Amino acid sequence: MPSTVPDLSKVRLHVVTGKGGTGKTTVSAALAMALTRQGKRVLLVEVEGRQGISQTFDVAPLGHQETRILHERSGGELWGLSVDAKESLREYLQKFYKVGRAMTVLDRFGAVDFATTIAPGVRDVLLIGKVYEAAGRRSGRAGAPVYDAVVLDAPPTGRVVRFLNVNAEVADVARVGPIRTQADSITRMLRSHTTAVHVVTLLEEMPVQETVDAQTELKRVGLPLGAVVVNQLRDPMLPDKALKQVSAKRPARLAEAVATDLESVRVRVTNGLVDGLLDDARQHADRVALEREQDAVLVSLGRLMVRLPLLPEGTEAGGIAVLARVIDEQGMV
Amino acid sequence: MAASTSPALDLAALACDPGTRIIVCCGAGGVGKTTTAAALGLWAAEHGRKVVVLTIDPARRLAQALGLTELDNTPRPVAGVDTSAGGSLDAMMLDMKRTFDEVVEQHATPDKAAQILANPFYQAVSSSFAGTQEYMAMEKLGQLRAQASRDGRWDLVVVDTPPSRSALDFLDAPKRLGSFLDGRFIRLLAAPARAGSRAGLKVFSVGVNVATSTMSKLLGGDLLRDVQTFVAALDTMFGGFRERADLTYALLKHPETAFVVVAAPERDALREASYFAGRLEEEGMPFAGLVVNRVQRVAAPSLSASRALAAAEQLGDAQPRSTTAATTQGLLRLHAALAETAARQEGLVRRFGAGHPGIPTVEVPAAAQDIHDLDGLREVAVALTGS
Repeated sequence: MPSTVPDLSKVRLHVVTGKGGTGKTTVSAALAMALTRQGKRVLLVEVEGRQGISQTFDVAPLGHQETRILHERSGGELWGLSVDAKESLREYLQKFYKVGRAMTVLDRFGAVDFATTIAPGVRDVLLIGKVYEAAGRRSGRAGAPVYDAVVLDAPPTGRVVRFLNVNAEVADVARVGPIRTQADSITRMLRSHTTAVHVVTLLEEMPVQETVDAQTELKRVGLPLGAVVVNQLRDPMLPDKALKQVSAKRPARLAEAVATDLESVRVRVTNGLVDGLLDDARQHADRVALEREQDAVLVSLGRLMVRLPLLPEGTEAGGIAVLARVIDEQGMV
Repeated sequence: MAASTSPALDLAALACDPGTRIIVCCGAGGVGKTTTAAALGLWAAEHGRKVVVLTIDPARRLAQALGLTELDNTPRPVAGVDTSAGGSLDAMMLDMKRTFDEVVEQHATPDKAAQILANPFYQAVSSSFAGTQEYMAMEKLGQLRAQASRDGRWDLVVVDTPPSRSALDFLDAPKRLGSFLDGRFIRLLAAPARAGSRAGLKVFSVGVNVATSTMSKLLGGDLLRDVQTFVAALDTMFGGFRERADLTYALLKHPETAFVVVAAPERDALREASYFAGRLEEEGMPFAGLVVNRVQRVAAPSLSASRALAAAEQLGDAQPRSTTAATTQGLLRLHAALAETAARQEGLVRRFGAGHPGIPTVEVPAAAQDIHDLDGLREVAVALTGS
């Protein structure tokens, strides 16, 4: 394993990003479930209010209250949270200034909207601040962490660096003050070895390009890189020899042989059947070639690669559990 | 050619209709909005329309195919387009900060504009505020449409929408930014004393003080000062932003506009499309129909998946074994897998059609390769328009 692969067993905050449509939420859910199955108490968090977690686990919509989703026989527990910026602001005001009730006044003057949607960076500080609070929360006399691990279903690659790099974002507008102090502590945690940023991709050109770009960007701002997760992998459905044959120059001879094979098992060889099968196979061969190219690009990044199979039934019917097992087997957690 | 009972979406007629002046392609991230917009724009141009395509965040190679190598916020002609039907194709990529700067420059005196552009709060809002991209995309759309009427360079604007958290952000963000920029709070920040005395109520000014002092604690005094300078400088433009957001909204609602919702045949993308369709109808927006991208097709539909699997198994048992048996088995298994995927997708699309009866739909088959040249776009266009 290349030296750039971090020891992911020490990680307590897993940040999962990726291009839109690559399956960030599914991978976050599977990662959280894999951790839960190890007997851990895990919090799975979303910050964009999409209710992706509740839809994935088929439970009632999540709110700003942490809610238990699963209880494993191993003793592991999975909790879910959909962070709300306004609620985070209320908590924040209460915690640091004991002025939670000022929210009503602030709300009336549009100040809450200002802080949670418009003031640049403040929204992100509030959202990630809640994640920071949950990850660092301790309870009881011994002060044991409430959660053994937190998995964040983060914004897509295009916005994730800005989201995580709260310090730089806030620096422009709040040079001093409590928001700044908060941003500083968040940054310390995010840059430590207890955090890892995983990037989810498909073996397609654009998501792979975005993965490469995101790695560069994350590295530039000093955020710790985790695994590259290749999602929705299909095994090539044709043996290598067949892939070569269907793409070869003289399809007529192959077509004849295939027709004979089909007839031998009493498939009625109608007009266009063999040509159709070969057309689809050629397309498949092209796709496989492209995927191998993209896989090589990802391998050259030198990160831990986790490869997850395509779930033909989608995430329903225990699909998340299947992925959780693969994640565990491939050493991501 | 929709697999469901939905009527067919006739994009050829839509794009050829001179009454169609704006086509907005929207949908969840990663479903091929930009490709759809570019393919539709190219097709319309090669059928005689004078088209400008506004893209937000194109894939690198698609951008190259459209000649979008520099981000200078100006539409440029696309090379390699067949203009024999009298049409033309220009394309541009949105530079949101530049667009915002232009709005400021256009609406303020040179002195004031310079003051605004140099303000740190303005710089933050114009380059990183979560709604700026959506606002500026709509702003640019308005500008292009206005230029089209003015100098006749274009008669059709095709736009794809920003890859937002929610596909609906571009409808909401302009209003949000607009209401913020001429809202009560920011005015209070700018001139709390004046606002308080005008209200003439003690309770009111107490509220103002709580609001401003809490915000000041929270954000630090510097930010507030920047905001105050920003607002003071922007004062001449106040009302302008809200008004412009309203104008854009009216433009989107006008029958000359057509919304095309783009989706992939997957549960999440269709759910988003469903939400979007509902929202467009709620707002009375001209919703033309649904494009389902990347639909799996099988080239030999006469053979069922189960028959193919059974035949593959029989071939495995057959003796003597032919030299191509392994390949033929592979072909049969591949066919079965593709046919199953196709059936599942068809079910999803049909369910969408049942939930939204009467929404015109068109399907685009999955391509083996990513699209990065005009020929690839032409192929997509053939599937989109059925011609």
